[in-house]
Amino acid sequence: MSHTPLPTYFRGLRDGAPFLLVIVPFGVLFGVVGTEAGLNLAEVMGFSVLVIAGASQFAALQLMSDNAPTLIVLATALAVNLRMAMYSASLTPYLGGAPMWMRAVMAYLLVDQSYAVSITRFETGPAMTLKQRCAYFFGVVTPVCPVWYAMTLAGALAGQRIPPEYALDFALPITFLAIVAPALRTMAHMAAAGVSVAVSLLLAFVPYNGGLLLAAVAAMMTGARIELWLRRNGRWT
Amino acid sequence: MDMSTTRIWLIILLLGAGTFLIRFSFLGVIGDRKLPEWVLRHLRYTPVAVMPALIAPLVLWPAATGGQTDPARMLAAAATLILGMTIRNVLAAILGGAGTLYLALYWLG
Repeated sequence: MSHTPLPTYFRGLRDGAPFLLVIVPFGVLFGVVGTEAGLNLAEVMGFSVLVIAGASQFAALQLMSDNAPTLIVLATALAVNLRMAMYSASLTPYLGGAPMWMRAVMAYLLVDQSYAVSITRFETGPAMTLKQRCAYFFGVVTPVCPVWYAMTLAGALAGQRIPPEYALDFALPITFLAIVAPALRTMAHMAAAGVSVAVSLLLAFVPYNGGLLLAAVAAMMTGARIELWLRRNGRWT
Repeated sequence: MDMSTTRIWLIILLLGAGTFLIRFSFLGVIGDRKLPEWVLRHLRYTPVAVMPALIAPLVLWPAATGGQTDPARMLAAAATLILGMTIRNVLAAILGGAGTLYLALYWLG
C-alpha cells in the first residue's frame, strides 16, 4: 500500500469521472432555467455554489417562479435535501476521525455522487487509512462539484440547453444504478433495495419528498433485520 | 420572477446554510466517537436504501416523456442493473446502459 494519498486521490477522481454525464447536462440546465426564471448571473451562481444540491435548487426555483412564500420555498427545498443527513451518518464511521475543518469541507461537498462512490469504495474496497479515505473523497468530488459550478455558468451565459434527443435525462438513473448494483451482494442488501423501490413508488404521492425518506427508513430496517436473522442462523458471510 | 433581490438572496443563503447543516450533522457532531452496533447495522444499508428510492420513480415515470412509462428507458435500466450486478464494473454498466438506451430509442422510436 502506498504511503502517499496521491494515488488514492487519482483513483477517486477516476471513479467520480463517469458522473460528468450527469453533472454537465444538469448543471447547464440549471443555468438556463435559472436565467429564464429571471435570476441574474450572481444569483444563479449563488445557488450552485452555496447550495450545491441540484434537485433542491430546481425545486426552489420552481416555487420561486410560482411566487410561493419564502418559508414554503425553504421548507420544500430543505426537505429534498434531508436524505443527506443519512449520507452524513453513513460516512461518519469512515470519515469521522478527520479534523473538524476537513469534516466541514467534506460536508459542504457531500452530494449524491460523492456519497455513492465513496461509500461503495469504503465498504467493499481494500482496507484504507483515514488519510486515504479523505484523499479518495476529495478525488471523487473533483470532477463533480467544480464542474457543477462551471456548467451552471456555461448554461447561464449560453442560455442554450442540451437537446432532448441526446436523452441525457436518463444519465442520472443509469449512473446511480451502475454504482448501486454491485452493492447488492447479500440477500439483506437485495431485500433492502426491493423495499426501497416498492415503498418509493407506492408513496410517490407524498409531498416534500416524504416517500423517499420513508422508503429509505423502511429499507434500512429491512436490511438490518435480515442481516440479524442471517447472523443468528450462521449464514452471514 | 416577481421577487425582490433581497428575498432571492435570503432564500439562497438560508437554503445554503440549512443544507450545509444537514450534511454536517452526523459527520460534525459524532466525529470519531463509536456508534452502537445496531445503528451501524442500519447505516450499512444506507446506499441500497436511498439510491433505489431516488431512481425508481425516474425509471418508471421519466420526466422526459411527460411521466409516460417508456420501454426504451426501462430496457436501459434493466441492462445497467444486470451488468452492474454481474460484472461489477461501474463504467461498463454505464456504457452498456447508455448503449441499450440509444439502440432501443432508435429501434422503438
